[in-house]
Amino acid sequence: MIPFVLTFLLALFIYLLLTAGSGGLGFWSPSELVAGVALSLLTAAVARNLLCRSRDLRMANPIRLLLIPVYILGPFLLEVTKANLDVAYRVITGKIRPGIIRVQSGLKTDLGIFMLANSITLTPGTITVDIDEKSHDLYIHNINVPRGWESRPQVQDKELFSMANLPAWIRRIAE
Amino acid sequence: MIADILVLACLSVGLFFNTLGIVGLLRFPDVYTRMHATTKMTTFGSVFTALSVIIYGAAQFLGTGDGQYITLSLHTLIAAIALAFTNAVGSHAIARGAHKAGIKPVPAVVDRLEEYTP
Repeated sequence: MIPFVLTFLLALFIYLLLTAGSGGLGFWSPSELVAGVALSLLTAAVARNLLCRSRDLRMANPIRLLLIPVYILGPFLLEVTKANLDVAYRVITGKIRPGIIRVQSGLKTDLGIFMLANSITLTPGTITVDIDEKSHDLYIHNINVPRGWESRPQVQDKELFSMANLPAWIRRIAE
Repeated sequence: MIADILVLACLSVGLFFNTLGIVGLLRFPDVYTRMHATTKMTTFGSVFTALSVIIYGAAQFLGTGDGQYITLSLHTLIAAIALAFTNAVGSHAIARGAHKAGIKPVPAVVDRLEEYTP
């Protein structure tokens, strides 16, 4: 029952987002509302076991969901801006020191690893190349390996980020 | 008036980063360093061009009160979010596929993934 309701609410939310402005003054016309509810019920009936496959409902907590936009607009945007200026500098000057290093992450859930891997790909001059499925360590390609890191067997995840502690944010959201 | 300036500023920043992304694609030596330029800089630049469309739509809605501009802004917002996600996931897939296919990072100080055996 709970997976059905959650899938219905998510589908209805996305439908309303896509059809906003169909009625007067930027709101929804009645026909769009009826069609949205009907289609969301159908979607929920078909796909209720796909969204909540793990039967773990911790992401239905509204505080965690509200933290995601805060995370993206706050520390993540700061790191993205810094990373882009850094890569722009390296494109213009050509000063690179690339290498693949192993990063130890303390995250355990799939969603946490997913968020950390994508955050690493978009932020500090690094790209996630592969993931060790057992120990949840990440292999990342770093465009400018700091001096001394090439001899270390692995690096802690928070050492990659200089301005905000993104792994701690992800741990708070996803675990 | 202010909205026009903001739209032009966002477009300029977006075009600047997109151009540098293409320059990096041509300049960097191997596939992994090229992924850096194409992933980060084109995502950042495209988010800024999308932001200029969102600002334009919001300003037009406040000026005219026509609902279609809200639709324009919201659809562009969804497109920007989808672009950021798919760009990150796709570049990870390309980098992983390249390493599995045996392409070495040619100028590299260290390659820990090569020593790894599952």
